[in-house]
Amino acid sequence: MTYDWQPLLLTFKLAGITTLILCLIGIPFAWWLAQSRSRFKPVLETLVSMPLVLPPSVLGFYLLLAFSPQHWFGKFVDQAVGLKLAFSFEGLVLASVIFSFPFLVHPVQSGFQNLSPSLSEAAYTLGKSRWQTFLHVLLPNIKPQLLAGVVLSFAHTIGEFGVVLMIGGNLPGETKVASIAIFDEVESLNYDAANFYALVLFSVCFAILLSVYLMNKKLLARVG
Amino acid sequence: MIELDIQKSLHSSSGEFALDVQLRIEPGEFVTLFGRSGAGKTTLLRCLAGLAEADSGSIVVDGETWFDSRKKVMLPAQQRRVGYMFQDYALFPNMSVRGNLEFALRKGASRSRVDELIEIMALGELQQRKPATLSGGQQQRVALARALAAEPRLLLLDEPFSALDLQTRLRLQDEVLRLQRHFGLTTVMVSHDVSEVYKLSRRVLVIEHGSVVSAGSPAEVFGAGQAGGKFSFAGEVLAIDAADVVFAVTLQVGNQIVRVIASADEVQHIKPGDRVMLLSKAFNPVLVVC
Repeated sequence: MTYDWQPLLLTFKLAGITTLILCLIGIPFAWWLAQSRSRFKPVLETLVSMPLVLPPSVLGFYLLLAFSPQHWFGKFVDQAVGLKLAFSFEGLVLASVIFSFPFLVHPVQSGFQNLSPSLSEAAYTLGKSRWQTFLHVLLPNIKPQLLAGVVLSFAHTIGEFGVVLMIGGNLPGETKVASIAIFDEVESLNYDAANFYALVLFSVCFAILLSVYLMNKKLLARVG
Repeated sequence: MIELDIQKSLHSSSGEFALDVQLRIEPGEFVTLFGRSGAGKTTLLRCLAGLAEADSGSIVVDGETWFDSRKKVMLPAQQRRVGYMFQDYALFPNMSVRGNLEFALRKGASRSRVDELIEIMALGELQQRKPATLSGGQQQRVALARALAAEPRLLLLDEPFSALDLQTRLRLQDEVLRLQRHFGLTTVMVSHDVSEVYKLSRRVLVIEHGSVVSAGSPAEVFGAGQAGGKFSFAGEVLAIDAADVVFAVTLQVGNQIVRVIASADEVQHIKPGDRVMLLSKAFNPVLVVC
């Protein structure tokens, strides 16, 4: 029997793009949170953490409403950049970014917070700009937390099911990711195919997490 | 020359108080800000460095305005060219000793300055090591070298020796003094250690609750300036032992350990670790050529 690799490839594509976008916006955001004394910080921190406690279906439901062409947001995105978010890959990416946000922001934010403030101050007195300080002093010193954040958000996106089902549905090649495919195959009693997807996901996730722990051990050993 | 006149309200455990300091520092001078922790010394240093902003007043260095609340001038720390040595040294853990120094170089500066500093500070063997693998004294030397690598116009030292053991402290005090003279750098140090002040600075400002309560040479300020029949030494109490009706107090004065006899009245208010002045009549000194 031949297996369909498409759902697996789609899963990794989704996780890869999501993680990339998360790094671009999540790391600066985590830095801002770590050093901010804004009154709105607790509100923002709460919003970031909401996906940790909300059932995926709640988030998926609201996202589905917002993405629909009747809603102002969905309409706006459609008219502005010509993207239909509901039941599309782009919509999945946006939802995954929102849903995996805390998994990247939390470790990175605590990494920044654990750095002594005198590190940045030392760099400033040496004439380095905020950007140079961020790039050469702050980021390199939170490598273990960065790694943890990237891997957690990647792995979490791979494992996402509820949100994807709500807003993506089950369109082959577009929104049918591996976790959906497993559910689909089990429903049609194709245990063999379900097992194939499940086993690949299990092995890949195991390998990723294992390499993280090994790398972190090495990183920490080098620092200590 | 530095002309500083700043006000800033501070919050401390003992309540709110105002930092209000007027200060002139001549080029090449070594000035100490002395006082208890929480008196506002470090805040003053941070205002000079541009890491904290005063509420009002002005800071003018060599005719250049660094801060002026009325003209709304606040030169960022990046443009002040101060060498700041932090209490925790703030070495960059991801860079080697050499990397820390190279990172501090100004744009276009020659790398030979790093070589020179590594040589002066005897860091040759440590240059590839990461800061976490160094001892406290070694880290302190790297921090000092790094502050100098950026060719500062002003050196600011925030309790530079507080985390070090006695031996290392004494050795590094010599080092700082040597380098300060070598580069002719105007230096402001924060300290609460009398012997350190005596050894390093010509001028000391005693700061209490945000204002300068006395200023002058260490001898004048610590009340031993009048020429007379007395010796006085600043020292640290190491131990107090009861010996019959009197007490034997072991003191560290400079790099010597001495033992003196004290009465019960005298030891009543002192405990090991305290800073004290040791006074002695000069009627029977023994002078030995050395």
